[in-house]
Amino acid sequence: MSTTPRIVEVRQNVLKHNDEVARGLRKAFEDAGVYVVSLVSSPGSGKTAFLEKTLTLLRGKNFRPAALVGDLATDNDAARLARSQAPVKQITTGTLCHLEAAMIQNALADWRLGDLDFLFIENVGNLVCPSSYDLGENLRLVLLSVTEGEDKPLKYPTIFNSADVAVITKLDLAQAVEFDHAAAHANIQSVRPGMRLLELSAKTGQGMDAWLDLLASQAR
Amino acid sequence: MIRSGVPDGALIECWSRQPAWAGYDKTVHELSIALSILEVAEEEMQRRGNVAVEAIYLKVGPLSGVVKEALLSAYELAREQTPFACSRLVIEDMPIVIFCSRCGTERPARSVQELRCAQCDAPADQIIHGRELQLAALELAE
Repeated sequence: MSTTPRIVEVRQNVLKHNDEVARGLRKAFEDAGVYVVSLVSSPGSGKTAFLEKTLTLLRGKNFRPAALVGDLATDNDAARLARSQAPVKQITTGTLCHLEAAMIQNALADWRLGDLDFLFIENVGNLVCPSSYDLGENLRLVLLSVTEGEDKPLKYPTIFNSADVAVITKLDLAQAVEFDHAAAHANIQSVRPGMRLLELSAKTGQGMDAWLDLLASQAR
Repeated sequence: MIRSGVPDGALIECWSRQPAWAGYDKTVHELSIALSILEVAEEEMQRRGNVAVEAIYLKVGPLSGVVKEALLSAYELAREQTPFACSRLVIEDMPIVIFCSRCGTERPARSVQELRCAQCDAPADQIIHGRELQLAALELAE
């Protein structure tokens, strides 16, 4: 007996289940009045130092920030962030190279979102995998440290394209590594025309004001 | 359930120590994507009376964050011991299409590294296509 194949249209987003959870999260965040920022970058780009500084400065301005930290195995990052005295929770991903919306949902199950003004989600250090997954965040930052090289945006265009703001970190080291600001900016604008760009150093505090102003303007 | 055998709440590995994956970068997430493809395909198959699926047609844009070759390999692993063990995965590469306000119309982009109008070189204002990661169609046996 011969079989005749027939093709049926489906037109479904492959990540629709993740997107559904992310939509639910976005609604819950909006209802609770919490502004949610996610951070993606390579390992070692200064995400944790930047976030620790951000949490500390926001608390100093009487905001109520909190953070979720995705990490492959250790809770070192969460321990560092906890020094800011903001609520911090670790999401250990095991061998998974990115966070998914359901992991955020689970991690938030016993938190009262209404008690927060800002929630930061630090993704696993990785410039490839996190780009496909919506976490329900309002703003996605991609971090690039001056020590990584100006051509990183061209090597990982998708992650830069999926982010809203590019943050150049470790500005205090820029001179030592002869960081070419103009080249980095041009590369970022090439992969994501019009992308907002911040340059800062969590260590010296340089540039943190502009970042805090951006956040404060979003507080609900 | 496609993920049966995986304990509830367990995470799907992004990379594997199996030899099949030995040559890959350790940061591929395509196995997660392949499992999501099978999950959506299984729902669609069930809605159509569990007819055997000969092929899964996927549309993948350059800005989806998915590498075609890695996804095809991941799919080979993911489909084992599922109703799709004999189903092909057919990937259609989608172009990046932007809206160019200088031209006043949709245009192809130069490349994933240069999101500029291929016609007039103006920076892209808006991405119309290129982020797709869509299960477009199923080929069913009849």
